[in-house]
Amino acid sequence: MLNVENLIVSHGPIEAVHGISFAVDKGRCVSLLGPNGAGKTSTISALMGVVKSSGRITFDGADVSSLPVEARVQAGMSVAPEGRRIFSNLSVEENLVLGGATRSDRTAKDADIAHWLETFPILGERRDQPAGTLSGGEQQMLAISRALMTRPKILLLDEPSLGLAPKIVSQIFQMIERLKAQGITILLVEQNATQALRLSDYAYLLNNGRIVAEGTKETLGQSSALMAELTGIA
Amino acid sequence: MEYVAQQMMNALAFGAEYALIALGLAIVFSIMGLVNFAHGEVIAVGGYTMVAFAALALNNPFIVIGGAIAAAILMSLLLERVAFRPVRYADPTTGLLTAFGVSIILQNVFLLAVSPRPVAVTSLYFLDWPVQLLGVQVSSLQVFEAVTTVLVIVGLMLFLKRTTLGLAMRAASLDFEMVRMVGVRSNRVFAVAFMVSGLLAGLACIFIMARRGSVDPHLGFNPVLKAFVACVVGGFGSLPGAVLGGFLLGAIEVAMLVLLPQEYGGMKDAFVFGIIALVLVWRPDGILSPPTEKGDKI
Repeated sequence: MLNVENLIVSHGPIEAVHGISFAVDKGRCVSLLGPNGAGKTSTISALMGVVKSSGRITFDGADVSSLPVEARVQAGMSVAPEGRRIFSNLSVEENLVLGGATRSDRTAKDADIAHWLETFPILGERRDQPAGTLSGGEQQMLAISRALMTRPKILLLDEPSLGLAPKIVSQIFQMIERLKAQGITILLVEQNATQALRLSDYAYLLNNGRIVAEGTKETLGQSSALMAELTGIA
Repeated sequence: MEYVAQQMMNALAFGAEYALIALGLAIVFSIMGLVNFAHGEVIAVGGYTMVAFAALALNNPFIVIGGAIAAAILMSLLLERVAFRPVRYADPTTGLLTAFGVSIILQNVFLLAVSPRPVAVTSLYFLDWPVQLLGVQVSSLQVFEAVTTVLVIVGLMLFLKRTTLGLAMRAASLDFEMVRMVGVRSNRVFAVAFMVSGLLAGLACIFIMARRGSVDPHLGFNPVLKAFVACVVGGFGSLPGAVLGGFLLGAIEVAMLVLLPQEYGGMKDAFVFGIIALVLVWRPDGILSPPTEKGDKI
């Protein structure tokens, strides 16, 4: 479904990602793991088209490499970005409404909003409050719900567990597991490799802008001194 | 008593005009960080459109008013497309200089193509007649001005609260990139911001022309300068701030006009800006400055 070939991402004179290739098949959950500064977020930004990159990105059979951000969302890509980036000056409900901005079917959209407010009762309780008043974990739930409001074909999750308490982290991963069970294709970017590997069908290990290892959780889990060094899994 | 009421009406009318123009500046600033000093020339384009209509003997007031507003909207959209889109993601200073450049070019176009001297526009005098309001004699123009501004504010609030594009504009003032990442087309957001800004300039143009009865190449400079001050006092980038700043500036101006003794009359502006400075000492970011992002919440 998503195919990336020789992706190079530069921020000004500094090259952050040096030509990586990977693929995400339909209905799978694939994770990109790696330490800080490995190039994970740069990769996500390049996939969404908010930073300049070279290389070939094909999605759903079409080359999207030169499309602007909005067109990639229209094509079915959606992201819950690093740092969540919810619209803190809008209410919880308004965040979801705006999340579904690309959809024209009002009834279906309203039904989706109701669905998410029900799925996360805390969001339902606070539907009219400014989203900035939510706690970090609640904001992450809102960010993921907002990303799903577009009814995407693939969901990109950039460090959904970052900065959250362990209990909240396991809630977030349970949610991702449920999404996976519903058949949503997911590209998960994480530092928390143990949790991410557990629910991934396939994983790539990224370090210093290069893919240094890849495989299923079994093969990766066995392989490695390298893995241990990068992620802290013995 | 009647004198006080009349002066309050004056303050309200001045404030309404400043608020209209300040909102036009603030709405563009809030989403792209651009202080659009060419806004005054958009107002002037409305005025020259009225001159053109008069020359064509089109004196129907609806055509004149509708035409001026339409011209201002089109001009605003044109400026976005031609001048501001190329510098959209550039440094704010680049945008500011671009706006100044556009302003100078347009003023010179008016100067060369029309006339350096004021040109009379008489077709809007009909808007101005004395009316009795609660026993106080005021000008109908002032009533129109206050009512229009209130309607504009209500309309804008509904637009920003109830429509997806309105939500996108509010969100864009915080994080434009994220707005694009939910699939809202950025060109559309910018176009709507400039369209609303142009509409506000067109409305302001009607009132300015009805009061002055003439247009010259520098017509827009003073009102936009005042509106800029209103924005700064109210909190730049905040729409409620722009409205509040506009009305506050109107009130201070009229108060100085009334309260200052005759011999200090020439120093009215000095007193006005002195008071503004004091307000800024009290609230350096403006009275209703938008909240700044204080980083991630953990």
